[in-house]
Amino acid sequence: MILIGYLARQEDPRTPLSFLEPVATDEGLQGARLALADNNMTGAFLKQSYRLVEQTLPQDGDIATGVKALADEGVRFVVADLPADALLAAAGLPEAKSMLLFNARATDDTLRNERCRTNILHTAPSRRMLADALAQYLAWKKWTRWSLLSGRDPGDALYAEAVRRAAKRFGGRIVDEKSWTFDTGNRRTDTGVTTIQSDIPLATQGADYDVLVVADEAGDFGDYLDGRTWYPRPVAGTQGLTATAWSRVNEQWGGTQLQSRFEKLAGRWMTPRDYAAWLAVRSIGEAAARTNAAGFDDLSAYLHSPDFELAGFKGEALSFRAWDGQMRQPILIAGPRMLVSVSPQEGFLHPVTPLDTLGDDAPESKCRLNR
Amino acid sequence: MRFLLSCSLLLLAGPVLIAEPAFAETIFVSNEKDNQIAVVDGDSLQIKNKIKVGRRPRGITLSADGTQLYVCVGDDNRIDVLDIASGKIVHTLPSGPDPELFVLSPDGKKLYVANENDNMVTVIDVAERKAIGNIQVGVEPEGMGISPDGRILVNTSETTNMAHFIDTEKHTVVGNVLVDSRPRVARFTDDGKQVWVSSEIGGTVSVIDAAAHKVIKKIRFEVTGVRREAIQAVGIQMTRDGKRAFVALGPANRIAEVDTDSFEVKRYFLVGQRVWNLAFSPDEKRLYTTNGISNDLSVIDLERNKVIKSIPVGGAPWGIVVKP
Repeated sequence: MILIGYLARQEDPRTPLSFLEPVATDEGLQGARLALADNNMTGAFLKQSYRLVEQTLPQDGDIATGVKALADEGVRFVVADLPADALLAAAGLPEAKSMLLFNARATDDTLRNERCRTNILHTAPSRRMLADALAQYLAWKKWTRWSLLSGRDPGDALYAEAVRRAAKRFGGRIVDEKSWTFDTGNRRTDTGVTTIQSDIPLATQGADYDVLVVADEAGDFGDYLDGRTWYPRPVAGTQGLTATAWSRVNEQWGGTQLQSRFEKLAGRWMTPRDYAAWLAVRSIGEAAARTNAAGFDDLSAYLHSPDFELAGFKGEALSFRAWDGQMRQPILIAGPRMLVSVSPQEGFLHPVTPLDTLGDDAPESKCRLNR
Repeated sequence: MRFLLSCSLLLLAGPVLIAEPAFAETIFVSNEKDNQIAVVDGDSLQIKNKIKVGRRPRGITLSADGTQLYVCVGDDNRIDVLDIASGKIVHTLPSGPDPELFVLSPDGKKLYVANENDNMVTVIDVAERKAIGNIQVGVEPEGMGISPDGRILVNTSETTNMAHFIDTEKHTVVGNVLVDSRPRVARFTDDGKQVWVSSEIGGTVSVIDAAAHKVIKKIRFEVTGVRREAIQAVGIQMTRDGKRAFVALGPANRIAEVDTDSFEVKRYFLVGQRVWNLAFSPDEKRLYTTNGISNDLSVIDLERNKVIKSIPVGGAPWGIVVKP
């Protein structure tokens, strides 16, 4: 029996601005559950079995309590559906020294650089990977003049930072930068449309650009932009044309099967957070199947080795970067209703794999893991 | 305008390039995007007909007597049975959900269908037109191969990454062999001793000892100037003398020829974009390939080892069979 922990904290449900999207309360967890079923299906042929130990703490719950509870059950592989600080708190506990954590949530670039840890692998892409993926597509389109509009959350500033870096790397030019200062509030107000219609042109006036890049990770206002901007230009970034690890619009590369399996299980669409958790649990299953082992050391060694490969419904094998533990993966460029493209784009070359043109490549990584 | 021009150039070039005498065969291609079967005359290499079938046709195979074509139409959850003489769908077979690929038993009586969504293989009695059994396999069943004596069925499962060996009398799994990521096609050698399984994401072909259920060789491919990730092995065909094997390499846009004794790759043929499947002419002097992105069929002359023609056949050509 291979035990896989799932560590999360209760959160207020995420309420999307669009009424087409459901309010999800089980994001991440359902992805882990699906991958567990996939692992057990395969395991049945190999006499291997898996159990998911779900540990969801209260909103103000102490991370240490959760990690200790998992350790007491004998869990050593843990899928962490946590923001960066909570993840690092978990990884730094004495019990976690003999664990391997999968970061299935936090996109923070510092976790792949200055604050990297030997006991963390990242299945969620970093902000830099997302921004680079978008920048490559915009470069391919020759939409090189970007106006950057950022929200007020700390994550928005970090996303904007990744966008600025991507512009430098792939030939974009940020012609204007603005902060979103309007209050949007509840999505359901009777006169909402009138207010937004007059707010957005004001917020997007300024130097002319090819594309409006929006940094709004929480989805507080980004979905209001398209069709209301001062200039008749497309919106990209966290909303509009979105660089993302996963989206319902993807049915390429056998994605149909994953989408339909997930919907049968969860009764809703698979989100990037579900996908990252699915990747984490499947990675453990893949390592167990390939090594025909169940022990932590064997599986951990294989996960970190260059032999490890995972099929993730994105057309090529996914694997972990040796220098920072990040899973290299294609990034979808998704419109609200259709898949538009997938990065890396043709022509962005790399001596090892084009996937490493996204995010921090070995020479630029500030992570110094002693593996 | 450009499209018209290139078509007419191909037509002009056709008769000059084709030096071989008349071929009597007919080539059938399933066009996944167009919901059509394209019928190509092997003599003139011209499209004779396009027949509308159900939605998302992929796997196709001929009935034992060669008068009917079975077509997996995944989005309609059934198999269309096409009468070749009249060019009409005469009936359908109940395949279970989302059929993609299947294989006909050597006696022509049973169809074994992979149901991608249900982790199942469905067994259909062709004459009775009904499902007579299900076999539970791994996650996302895909490829289907059958031993020459019809006793062992091999199914591949794309997410479980295995070749499942199934006893066709008892409908039970008798062996499981782990192969590289996303296995697609399974094909027995004509002597029944080996099963060749291609892996799309792994980019390899595993040669399995059919009796021992062990991988005896893993064939790898390397094409200068093509990145490793673009090498995705899918379709496999072998000549009747058992000497030459051909493997379609997907987005590498190549067909690899493998020597079946040494398992060495002898040469690569440059064909159209994202080549998935392939079929021989009855005399094995030609190999036809379906190229899903360039929407064409490549014709390889196996005597001169040259790609001699490409024929536009329709949207996203996928499966291919040749009727003598």
